Amino acid sequence: MTAIAERPTTTPRRSVFRRPTAETGPWSWITTVDHKKIGILYFVTAFFFFLVGGVEALLIRLQLAQPGGTLLTADQYNQIFTMHGLTMIFFAVMPLGAAFFNYLLPLMIGARDVAFPRLNAFSYWVFLAAGIFLYSGILLGGLPDGGWFNYAPLNLIGPNPTLGVDPSAGSPIPEHVQRMVLYSIGLQIAGIASLASSVNFIVTVFNMRAPGMTLMRMPIFVWSIFVTSFLMLFAMPVIGVALWQLLFDVRYGTSFFNPASGGDPVLWQHMFWLFGHPEVYILILPAFGMVSEVLPVFSRKPLFGYSAMVFSMIAIAFLGWGVWAHHMFAAGLGPVANSAFGLSTMFIAVPTGVKIFNWLGTMWGGRIRITTPLLFAAGLVGMFTIGGLSGVTHSIVPHDWQQTDTYYVVAHFHYVLFGGSIFGIFSATYFYFPKVTGRMLDEKLGKLHFALMIIGFNVTFFPMHILGLWGMPRRIYTYADGMGWNFWNLVETIGAFIIAAAILVFMVNVTRSLRHGAVAGNDPWDARTVEWLTTSPPPPYNFEEVPHVSARDEAWHRKYVSDGSQAPRRVPAGASPDHGTPDDASPGEAAVPAAEAPAHGPAHDGASAIHMPSPSYYPAIAALGLPIAGWGVVAGGAVQVALLVLGGTIIISGLFGWVLEPSAEDH
Amino acid sequence: MATTDMSAPLPGTDDAHATTLGLANDKMAMWTFIGSECLFFGALISTYLIYFGRTNEGPAPAGIFDIPFTSASTFILLMSSLGMVLALAAIQAGDMRRFRTWTMATALMGATFLAGQFYEFSVFAAEGFNLTTSPFSSSFFVLTGFHGLHVALGILMLLSMWAASMMGRLPQQLHTTVENIGLYWHFVDIVWIIIFTVVYLIPAAITIAPPTG
Ligand code: HEM
Ligand SMILES: [Cu+2]
Repeated sequence: MTAIAERPTTTPRRSVFRRPTAETGPWSWITTVDHKKIGILYFVTAFFFFLVGGVEALLIRLQLAQPGGTLLTADQYNQIFTMHGLTMIFFAVMPLGAAFFNYLLPLMIGARDVAFPRLNAFSYWVFLAAGIFLYSGILLGGLPDGGWFNYAPLNLIGPNPTLGVDPSAGSPIPEHVQRMVLYSIGLQIAGIASLASSVNFIVTVFNMRAPGMTLMRMPIFVWSIFVTSFLMLFAMPVIGVALWQLLFDVRYGTSFFNPASGGDPVLWQHMFWLFGHPEVYILILPAFGMVSEVLPVFSRKPLFGYSAMVFSMIAIAFLGWGVWAHHMFAAGLGPVANSAFGLSTMFIAVPTGVKIFNWLGTMWGGRIRITTPLLFAAGLVGMFTIGGLSGVTHSIVPHDWQQTDTYYVVAHFHYVLFGGSIFGIFSATYFYFPKVTGRMLDEKLGKLHFALMIIGFNVTFFPMHILGLWGMPRRIYTYADGMGWNFWNLVETIGAFIIAAAILVFMVNVTRSLRHGAVAGNDPWDARTVEWLTTSPPPPYNFEEVPHVSARDEAWHRKYVSDGSQAPRRVPAGASPDHGTPDDASPGEAAVPAAEAPAHGPAHDGASAIHMPSPSYYPAIAALGLPIAGWGVVAGGAVQVALLVLGGTIIISGLFGWVLEPSAEDH
Repeated sequence: MATTDMSAPLPGTDDAHATTLGLANDKMAMWTFIGSECLFFGALISTYLIYFGRTNEGPAPAGIFDIPFTSASTFILLMSSLGMVLALAAIQAGDMRRFRTWTMATALMGATFLAGQFYEFSVFAAEGFNLTTSPFSSSFFVLTGFHGLHVALGILMLLSMWAASMMGRLPQQLHTTVENIGLYWHFVDIVWIIIFTVVYLIPAAITIAPPTG
């Protein structure tokens, strides 16, 4: 496993800092380059942002519970609904996906780490920096307030043009402009994190697979990581350019989107949605991958139509680039463009439907075990289908003209994002918690969580279809009495609190199970993929010996024999004749109980001693420079120059330190 | 940065084949990153094309560009790619002195190009053509400016390599790092060829032979 070995160089080198060595405590987390620790960091941070976004959602629902709500002012409402969207999309769902990518990718392909461990740490710190940067608006001129898509020219003049320069704030930059700078640079920084991880994951999937792990033997979740990474790789630069143009417009007087000086506001919409539609697949494909792992395990059947699943995912990723203008049917592109994009949108529903039928086919005739992960996975299949169908209704242009900018659209995207992505993420959380922590989550609380969540979810979001069709616009901070909207709005608010209760149950479950949960062992679910061959939690080097893979459901084939005529028979670990190569080095791994597994390193050391990459300070340092430079642009004046120079210096010295960093063996 | 990542196998050893596809990780990462950059410049160039005629009565492309001057700086940038190739050939052959010479030459050619761009921008500004004149000017400056930034980053990397080599900290086995930086440098050059054609040459051609009808 030279590919991950830290290589001693011939010339001893010096660095500003010694290479960090802490293995526990805060420094071990700040300097870690272990994909498993980084995955945990991602999960905890993203879950925190999920809670923040959730509190924002509750505020929105409280404000709208009754007509003429007074909890929030219009300005506060605008900031809160905007931050709700940005937080959930960029700081909750995407990084929750990244948490599982990080933790599972190397384990699932039988590698010891990702291709670039330090770059991986860098992605995490940059993501965290982006979140802090965006929310720093609380202390500055306010948070972004133009919606997550921030349409031009609203983003140039602001929803409230009277917000001028606040002399007491001591900044020459008007508040509205500050908010747009936060939006622009905040998402830009988050984009850097996504870009870095997409490069890292693509190289890892191509290059770090265990022997025998061909592309078509990879677990389907790995395929979803792979496809999602390509989407991120190509979507991030597009929004990146649009964000730069916005920044130049609001801050340096260019006229990209400003109709007053000849710019075209619709260009912003094109750029945003050219990124935005692939982005929705970036949000959903990981969840698709997760449930495609969970359903076979609890249906005790292989995934139905594996190759169809892979190719439909690839098809979605391709078609996803040709449908963006379905978000712009009301922008006046003309009947030809509208019809073309309406058609392509209907087409994209086809591979999506293929996936739904394959999940049904996986469960059909299986000996289903009703566990919490299965419930959430089946929940996704049901809820996402409703959301997909309302999506197809949007593709009918005249129909969309009726629905666009109403609560009907809000219903659609919550059925796909909450009913889809979030359900998938919870399914995977219950499924992988034992692998990550070594303990099971409580099933009773888990089922309570699921019951509350599916009820709360439907009570909250289903009525939005009705309100939308009745004409209630989205993004309004209040509405008048007598519109006939009162009842369902109140119902939705009640539903939102049921969801909040569900999340509380989950948090109680996690807190209790971390200490008192049943000990999991290597393979508590009788699962099918190689990450279940190693201990729970896995050692830093993942596998004592890298597994040789000879089948798609490698772990399952090591446990069972099946001649096709009768039900598969369980065999003692290592005795399965199905499990091919005679030279396979580690047939007995599945049998090693956690307690017997070596705790401090591989048992047979010798020539194959496992070098793991050393921790490093530099990824975190380099990431720190980005928001500092960004705050300069927010501040303006002399501070701008100072902070840009400071931030730039930190980034560059961080990168130099990184490149010149000696490996740990040199000391 | 990725180029010297610890996880990258050193070349010249059998490790180069330890990856699944036999291509070194860092080289694959550079190609992947370049794929992303294509979309970045693609979006900028598209914006430029969309705003081509929107000059707000300010200077139009034909009136403002100085084709002979820009051709000269384009030529220098193209020659720098040759310098890069020679630098790589030198380090692969183990000739570190020649490697440093060509690395420095490449960096200097890049710097000359940047100086030309700086001069061009200041002439434009003097003629009343700046970032805020019109959508056309905005898209021109942001496109060429971002390209210039890429060149500047390339120069920074070249100079760091040169300095590392002077200090004896760039062992010959690291020629793959040089190769990756070379990939980046050639990419930035190719982007300039596209920009030069689309931004400068085609508009000039259109003015010489105005479309009939
Ligand atoms: C069957 C597949 C899908 C189809 C046919 C579809 C179609 C559409 C259409 C036409 C719109 C525009 C509605 C309007 O604004 O008038 C829309 C909005 C939206 N869709 Fe989908 N969609 C699909 C799947 C998804 C998925 C998988 C996600 C995310 C996980 C998603 C997230 C969204 C979001 C966030 C919006 C609203 C954007 C906004 O205006 O803020 N959709 N969808
Ligand atoms: Cu869309």
